[in-house]
Amino acid sequence: MKVAVASGKGGTGKTTLSVALALVAPQPVMLLDCDVEEPNGHIFLTLEAMETETVTVAVPEIDAATCRACGECMRICRFNAIISLGAKALVFPELCHSCGGCARVCPSGAISEIPRRIGTIDSGIAGHVTLVQGRLDVGNAMATPLIRAVKRHADRGVATIIDCPPGTSCPMIAAVRGADFVILVTEPTPFGLHDLTLAVETVRTLAIPFGVIVNRADTGDSRVADYCSHEEIPILLNIPENRRAAEAYSRGESILSAMPDLTAALRDIWRRIGGGEA
Amino acid sequence: MKIAITTSGETLAAPLDSRFGRAPRFLIYDTETGTYRTVDNAQNLNAVQGAGIQAAQTVAQTGVSRLITGHCGPKAFRVLRAAEIEVFHTDAPTVQEALDRMDKGELLAAQDADVEGHWL
Repeated sequence: MKVAVASGKGGTGKTTLSVALALVAPQPVMLLDCDVEEPNGHIFLTLEAMETETVTVAVPEIDAATCRACGECMRICRFNAIISLGAKALVFPELCHSCGGCARVCPSGAISEIPRRIGTIDSGIAGHVTLVQGRLDVGNAMATPLIRAVKRHADRGVATIIDCPPGTSCPMIAAVRGADFVILVTEPTPFGLHDLTLAVETVRTLAIPFGVIVNRADTGDSRVADYCSHEEIPILLNIPENRRAAEAYSRGESILSAMPDLTAALRDIWRRIGGGEA
Repeated sequence: MKIAITTSGETLAAPLDSRFGRAPRFLIYDTETGTYRTVDNAQNLNAVQGAGIQAAQTVAQTGVSRLITGHCGPKAFRVLRAAEIEVFHTDAPTVQEALDRMDKGELLAAQDADVEGHWL
């Protein structure tokens, strides 16, 4: 069972809920932090047995002695990452999407693929929770290969929670794809509603079952609830605004420490979406 | 000698386009014959990334030895250097004015890119 926790809007509580879902989960559970530009789920957990690995992508390297500047590599590259003029081809590794096409079409065998670092994956254990998080190097734009690398750590047969990046573009889709269920976290504001509708369209396009959790549900207005009702989207949970939850957050503590009642409600969500008895 | 100038128009009186990679077209001026033609760069206007690189490739294929434009980023500059094309920056309003300034020796060949690259 893989559950992706996503949203359109940032700051709705994806990480707070991902961690809380992990803490109440039928054990054991994997928490994959795929918000690789700002992975911060680990702050809520006390981790042991930390390990770090480097993640690379393959980019072309041209052997100047063998390259005949025929231009085949340039013609196949969709991303203008390789250009051929003068005596040999030029590579722009930061533009490369690592498809390998240039190396395959080069008639003189001048292109080899070398690793280029894009970030790291850290993993650690906190009780029954195994956390795996991607951390994209600052200045790097290739979030999706790192997200896919984090997701390869998912263990078949172990319940998995994927904490997704906000938005609805490639990184969010890379994180959500392959999930059995998506929880969209939103808030009852015009901003929450606007971005929720984008996320709903995205998840519907991906044809993954989904439901909504409304955070700070007693603030704002009723338009998120009206929208979900009209679109026949199940609201899995309404979490009320709670000062103690905000205080716990400010100390880096789980929302469950401030709102213990949430434990039963979140276990109920696990049951409801098919994640087993907690 | 042939010179490429970034422009949004088709003639010497047309405005100089200060962008390089996403300029609509290049006017290729031949100083020996005083004639010119234009080369389309439209496929790059909507390029997701690498517009400067592709534009530099297009310019290189025209056989020019100089480029006059408003600004040029680091990736395009690297390609232009590989193609042995000198880059001249100017704020001249028209293609003709840019060529006149070149003629009077008012333009200096750039040693490096004059604007930052884009993240992608």
